[in-house]
Amino acid sequence: MADPTTSRVSYTLDSSLDSVNKIEQTAEVSAQRAGFDEDTASHVAMAVREAAVNAVLHGNAYDPKKHITASFETTPESLIVRIADQGPGLNPDTLPDPLAPENILRGSGRGIFLIRAFMDEVNFRQLHPGTELTLIKHRTPAQPGT
Amino acid sequence: MSMKVQTRLVDGVTILDLSGRITLGEGSVTIRDAVRDVLAKGSKKILLNLAEITYIDSSGIGELVSAFTTVKNAGGELKLLNLTKKVHDLLQITKLYTVFDVKDDEASAISSFSK
Repeated sequence: MADPTTSRVSYTLDSSLDSVNKIEQTAEVSAQRAGFDEDTASHVAMAVREAAVNAVLHGNAYDPKKHITASFETTPESLIVRIADQGPGLNPDTLPDPLAPENILRGSGRGIFLIRAFMDEVNFRQLHPGTELTLIKHRTPAQPGT
Repeated sequence: MSMKVQTRLVDGVTILDLSGRITLGEGSVTIRDAVRDVLAKGSKKILLNLAEITYIDSSGIGELVSAFTTVKNAGGELKLLNLTKKVHDLLQITKLYTVFDVKDDEASAISSFSK
């Protein structure tokens, strides 16, 4: 029998802000169903939104011929979200620190920082072409799921 | 929900009452245009009332920072009023809480602008 706390759903979407909004909403619902409290679910949704924005804006550059994929997997231990684009690739080690004094007043560059702040694990994988981000939020015994 | 801006003038301070979401796209453009419009009309004391802002993403944070620096570079002052917990937490995490002059009370916020 399938574990009722395990589920997985995937989407392939165009490179648009509508897709970003859909992924964000799905993330919030997935986090709520996984048993996370309201604040945590909101933080997860924001992290996933930032990853989707990066995929659409910086990865695919709104190219209508390119798509993004998003998958949401709930296991007994974690909520795992994967967002992938078809862009030129991203080296996270080269990103400037948005908290550095010389960067604090920059108008951009906080997306990956917020993703790392709100998720327990963030992994980058280079595709050919593209980048896949895996975002993981661990559940606790107090979050049994539905 | 799209972002809305209502403008009022109180004791020489232009208050922008913002509502909705400040996110990549419409929300960010709306706030950018609103601040530029206020500056173009000659007002350099701007108070952003964020009481009805339900959500802000990293683009929205960037837009607040850009508004702050634009007004400052024009010789003016931009302050924030009535942060929700979500926005407050975001500004804390990004260390911008100490950059912005953040107020909780409109009357004292208005009186805090230079005369």
